[in-house]
Amino acid sequence: MSAEIIFQLTDVTVPSRRDAERAVVEAVNWEVHKGEFWIVGGLQGSGKSDLVFMLAGLTKPLKGRYELFGQDMGEHFGDEFLPNRLRTGMVFDDSRLFSGLTIAENVSLPVRYHQNLAVEESASWLTALLKETEIVEFADDMPSSVPRNWRVRIALARALALRPEVLFVENALRGVDTRHAAWWVAFIKKLWAGHPLMAGKPMTIVASTDEFRPWRNCGAQFAELEGRKFLTHGETAPADDEEHMMTAGEET
Amino acid sequence: MPEITQRRSLLWRAPLPRSYVDFVGLKVLRFILTIQGLGAFALITLAVMITKFGTSRRVTMPMIRAHLARSGVRLFAMTMFVSVALGLIIIGQTVSLLERVNADQFLGTVMVSVVVRELGPLLTALIVLSRTGAANVIELGTARALGEVEALEALGIDPIHYLVVPRVIGMALGIFSLTIYLIIGALLSGYMWAFLQDVPLTPGEYFSQLTRSLNVTDFVVLASKSLLFGATIAVVTCYHGLAQPLRLEEVSGATVRAVAQSVIFCMLLDALFIVIYLVA
Repeated sequence: MSAEIIFQLTDVTVPSRRDAERAVVEAVNWEVHKGEFWIVGGLQGSGKSDLVFMLAGLTKPLKGRYELFGQDMGEHFGDEFLPNRLRTGMVFDDSRLFSGLTIAENVSLPVRYHQNLAVEESASWLTALLKETEIVEFADDMPSSVPRNWRVRIALARALALRPEVLFVENALRGVDTRHAAWWVAFIKKLWAGHPLMAGKPMTIVASTDEFRPWRNCGAQFAELEGRKFLTHGETAPADDEEHMMTAGEET
Repeated sequence: MPEITQRRSLLWRAPLPRSYVDFVGLKVLRFILTIQGLGAFALITLAVMITKFGTSRRVTMPMIRAHLARSGVRLFAMTMFVSVALGLIIIGQTVSLLERVNADQFLGTVMVSVVVRELGPLLTALIVLSRTGAANVIELGTARALGEVEALEALGIDPIHYLVVPRVIGMALGIFSLTIYLIIGALLSGYMWAFLQDVPLTPGEYFSQLTRSLNVTDFVVLASKSLLFGATIAVVTCYHGLAQPLRLEEVSGATVRAVAQSVIFCMLLDALFIVIYLVA
């Protein structure tokens, strides 16, 4: 018996997140099952972020059918999507932390809002999230005073606050140093396998990336956006752009 | 110089160029679209207030209190200063006029007509608009430009419920409370200035003039007006900060538009209340 389908795209045209009328990727046919881990790569401007935004339900497909947890995302886009939205988490590459809240308030907001908890009632869960993502020292700081490397981690802690089943990660490795990149790859692998923070339940993960190299040998499946097309590569990571260039140089 | 004057004169006598018609037409169309957008935004906000009344109270109540403090408590000192100045201005202008026509007994009536029915709510609304309304647009516009609204949506948090509703309630209650303080301050300082100008009026006479001039409609209109001013300013400022995608460089323009439109809508509301008052 095959695993439950988490989302399914049938001949989908992905809109730009800045201009909802403009298509950036066309004819996407893709099916992701429970417990799968996908890395979607492509050059800057290829539409990775636009695809992740659409998958997370922040934009509607321009054409085709996108079903998330069996719900047609072209039709259901308001409050009726809320129960399914809470089963997903989204990490933005520019973190998008709430500038008026401290780091602790940022991370605890989703759980406090949806479970109507007072600050002290969410404290133990908040501490666990901060500890696991190693951001305890920033708890009382405002987002503007935290370096970018750490801000994306805080966005991850916030996305995990509601214990989602599916995690969408938008290019988390962009601009982070190698130490943080290694931490990200290891942590995402743990989440995929079943992190204690998520009660050991394996997560379904879709992460976008500028380069495949850091994600090789982590068990993920790979897809690529090239020339407005979506191509899947299975478990073999395609060569990054500079590797393409090096190979071309050797051949000549 | 004469050449310029001649040119100006020709310009005034010349038929209105088509571009002017286009310009005015564009402005009118934009105004209609703004009214439409604001109306829709206000209705959505009202619907969210009703449908999500008890949702996440432990998150929204502290936010409402914070916005009430921002639009009320923190503006108390400034409001008191304005109230004292208002009492001085009105009494200073009125006393000499009333003495000339031997109508000192109408001092209380003038204070009620000017302060309670008109200037109290309007001045308070303008104080809150300048201090908090403008800040609202900047905060929300920046949040919108930095993608924080999408982050809220991704977390399943309704941006209207989380960002707009606490501001609307906080600002409405803030303006309502400050209006009462401003009126009390202006009435008291009015008597003080009258006393300093040797107006032969005892406190008892002054306050009995005030109570005779006030009626139930005054209280109902005052409460409705100040609450509506608050809600209007909050809706207009939140609309300009949130309702359309903004880039950071557009936030200042949105702030100017929001402040100007808030003033216009408060004036229109005030005119509507005058009509209601006259009919009642």
